[in-house]
Amino acid sequence: MSQGQAGAEQRLVTPGMAIGPSAGKRAGSGIIAAGESFVATQLGWLRERNNTVSVDPINAAYMPRSGDLVVGIVAEVRNNLWFMNINGSFQGLLPMSLAPWKVEFGAARQHMDVGDVVLARVQEVDECHNVVLTMKGVGLRRLNQGAVESIPVQHIDRVRGENNALLKRMRDACDCRIMVGENGRVWIDGSSEGIAWARKALRCVVDEGHSKAFETILSEMENKTKGDA
Amino acid sequence: MMGGYGDVQLLREDGTRLDGRKVDEMRPVSIEAGILPAAEGSAMVTHGLNVAVAAVYGPMEAHPRKIQRQDRAVIDVRYNMAPFSTSDRIRPGFNRRSREISKVTAEALESVVLVERYPRSKIRVEIEILAAEAGTRCAGITAAAVALADAGIPMRDMIVGVASGKIEDTVVLDLDKAEDNYGQADLPVGILPTTGEIAFLQMDGDLSPDEYNLAMEYNFKAAKEIHEIMVDALQRRYQGGEA
Repeated sequence: MSQGQAGAEQRLVTPGMAIGPSAGKRAGSGIIAAGESFVATQLGWLRERNNTVSVDPINAAYMPRSGDLVVGIVAEVRNNLWFMNINGSFQGLLPMSLAPWKVEFGAARQHMDVGDVVLARVQEVDECHNVVLTMKGVGLRRLNQGAVESIPVQHIDRVRGENNALLKRMRDACDCRIMVGENGRVWIDGSSEGIAWARKALRCVVDEGHSKAFETILSEMENKTKGDA
Repeated sequence: MMGGYGDVQLLREDGTRLDGRKVDEMRPVSIEAGILPAAEGSAMVTHGLNVAVAAVYGPMEAHPRKIQRQDRAVIDVRYNMAPFSTSDRIRPGFNRRSREISKVTAEALESVVLVERYPRSKIRVEIEILAAEAGTRCAGITAAAVALADAGIPMRDMIVGVASGKIEDTVVLDLDKAEDNYGQADLPVGILPTTGEIAFLQMDGDLSPDEYNLAMEYNFKAAKEIHEIMVDALQRRYQGGEA
């Protein structure tokens, strides 16, 4: 559940459903204005925050935006660039000029090959969905160890929690490094037991994060880990 | 074939139809959303004895590249009837009828999906008819609409497929197999229930203007009922687990 919904009455809306009068309010994502009223365009939970009405979609594809931190997987290698699978509709392009190494023309494969996992940032997205990635930046690198877990992109806020509180709690409980990509891929690095725990916790957040029982379930998981230690 | 079997009695003396329905009564409809875990969105529609399953994949990069549109997504629909869906086995694979229905369904869906959100993309919709008893294109469209909503694809409205027709000079709602085979006209339409727009319309046989108006009145009434069932199916899937 996104942060804006906590404590508020939840309303599930379907495409075409009339939301109410648009007077004095702004249409956010998942909403279009039809005459004097708002209409939902996506299946999801209705949210109103800062005078903006929007829909938190239940299912959504990852739409890259400039500045997004993503976990990509090398899908193709050319002489001077890599194509990355970033869990979106289109592959992201990483030119050798934006790689963290000095790459000779034709030597791209020596640095990264198909199947390698990287932490990159979206440099640019144009109106035709061409995505350019960069690995120039603090912390951006090839990920040589750890595991990658996929979660639905609409649950990223839920996994992070308010001010990353839930993410920090999971990191502390499993003693692992956890990086959440905006594209729904989570990189976990640590001991094999820690990675297994983090994977289980992520599944739990995705499946049970909206329910009242979630806190109890997560606490039990944390206590069990401490007990084992 | 429309109007070719005038001696077949399709209406009883008390005005009801062979299966006991009134002229403006629909066959029972039930919908279940999210039945296929591998698809982004899916739905199964049972409309009378029709069973239609729809699965949605994407948006994904459109291939081959010649089908890409720089300003919008394309919707690729594949409608197929299973070989065991009718009493006579159907030869598997695409045929003229399935190509036509795939095309009109894609055009109907393109008019409601916000395709401009996904330039150069393709949204794949697979419609499989597991059991057929007249009205499969309408059941397929309804299933596709629920599957698209389930997949989180933005749409202006959820399109509803529904049909009316004419038997023994009487306009009736939702033709069954005998009425479809031996009746005089069939009018399947795709309706956007919220706005009252028509996304697709086909007519087989002849209807007078008055008969057409009555048939459309029946269609709009049925579309509202089916739309409620569609919304209920999605709410049952996602609200059931909500605290």
